[in-house]
Amino acid sequence: MTETLDDIFRREAGRCIATLIRVLGDIDLAEDVVAEAFAIAAETWPQTGIPPDPGGWITTTARNRAIDRLRRESTGAVRHLDAHRLHIDDTEPDNDPESHDLNEFVDVVADDQLRLMFLCAHPALAADAQVALILRLLGGLETGEIATTFVVPEATLAQRIVRAKRKLHDNHASYRVPKTAELPDRLQAVLAAIYLIYTEGHTATSGWKLTRVDLSNEAIRLGRTLVTLMPDEPEAMGLLALMLLSESRRRSRVGNDGTLVRLADQDRAQWDRTLIDEGHDLVRACLRRNQPGPFQIQSAIAAVHADAPIAEATDWTQILALYDELYLLRPSPVVALNRSAAIAELHGPVAGLTALAEIDQVSLESYQPYHATRADLLARTGHRDVAIDAYGRAIELTTNAVERAFLVRQRAVLSTDQ
Amino acid sequence: MPQYMISVWHDETYEVDFSTPDAQRRVALVGEFNEELQGAGAWVFAAGLHPSSSATVVRSSGGDVSMTDGPYAETKEQMGGFWMIEAADLETALEWAGKAAAASEGPVEVRPAQG
Repeated sequence: MTETLDDIFRREAGRCIATLIRVLGDIDLAEDVVAEAFAIAAETWPQTGIPPDPGGWITTTARNRAIDRLRRESTGAVRHLDAHRLHIDDTEPDNDPESHDLNEFVDVVADDQLRLMFLCAHPALAADAQVALILRLLGGLETGEIATTFVVPEATLAQRIVRAKRKLHDNHASYRVPKTAELPDRLQAVLAAIYLIYTEGHTATSGWKLTRVDLSNEAIRLGRTLVTLMPDEPEAMGLLALMLLSESRRRSRVGNDGTLVRLADQDRAQWDRTLIDEGHDLVRACLRRNQPGPFQIQSAIAAVHADAPIAEATDWTQILALYDELYLLRPSPVVALNRSAAIAELHGPVAGLTALAEIDQVSLESYQPYHATRADLLARTGHRDVAIDAYGRAIELTTNAVERAFLVRQRAVLSTDQ
Repeated sequence: MPQYMISVWHDETYEVDFSTPDAQRRVALVGEFNEELQGAGAWVFAAGLHPSSSATVVRSSGGDVSMTDGPYAETKEQMGGFWMIEAADLETALEWAGKAAAASEGPVEVRPAQG
């Protein structure tokens, strides 16, 4: 066997569930019967071998299980069958799911996945619920795995998922790709949720390891799926490019001793050229579309960094221009903060501090990168004591142990200087 | 078809003086929205409410009925009115809610009715 059942499960689970939700009109039932179908596969495939279209096999088997189950239940279930026209397939022999029209499924599977993405990232759900639903339904992760990843008790996460599914059900949320008029807002929610999964994988909110490879990979997989499903959406390409370009630096972000290495200090020979090339191609494809959006601009910034063979060769003029453009689209304090850092690189730390002082301080008071950036700029302009205080505030706000260790070291260097 | 309540919320300090030009303007905005709902067949019922200081809370316990001066929830934000609408799905209801928020110039809450 070249592929394990686990590999197949991770690859196919989301697609199978997406289709079954449409066929059955019920998320929980779809999850149950897909799990049953995988259990049957685990028993039979070692003898029969893996079928040529494992996803189609699972989908058909799961659907047949659902028909069986609904038939056994009340007359209400019979109406349910009628409503979803499942009886059309009555003649199909249950013991030979493969023989049935798989093509019919395959054709609509792509749309099903898209429907499920929009359902999971419904703007009526809180961001943490969107992320949990995406990982559960599209990523095929167990509730326990998701809970561990986000460092919340499993019961809390399970309840979050149950509530989200219930809200969608009680509110009669539709299972369709949004209409053109709704699309910009709805797509923005999908992109933001996938990026949230990526950034959680990039810098885990808490814990001892800086990066969580699995979540980042899952986010990139979802990003690739989205680009395939919506090839005309440049922001989807921008998001994928941004994730690939950030990912290309993964190995060099953490030193051999497990400590954080800043972008300027990273060994650029370790950057993953394959990912960079793919990211660059996407950025160029976005530029040709000429419909700039926040993810495309951020990916362009990441591409400029990737272009510099050494940190000193970074084209900060270009980066600052991109941050200016981003700020026009998204005038948020966080974008203003990153823009100030670019100003500091281009025009010196004093100019950076001036730009920083113009940002609304209240909104950034509990934002760790604000204090870390400010501390660095203060240190570079010789304001040692204030810099030490700023590092202190940044350290208080850091929940990731590797990041905290880095900041503590920066502060210690300042304290022992002179 | 599913029904949804779209309720209007505001700080409980509003004056109900319909003679001012601003109040007249707002009444007209809501009137236009009502007509749009009715024209689309989405209208079920709607009402603007008097301030929550006009409310009375009634309780029944073991056959005894008691009353206290309301409102029930002593919060700063109170419901000022609502629409009951019919919509095919949540997305359609949210689209109406967006228009309701614009017409009432404040936040609205969307909640599905049971059944």
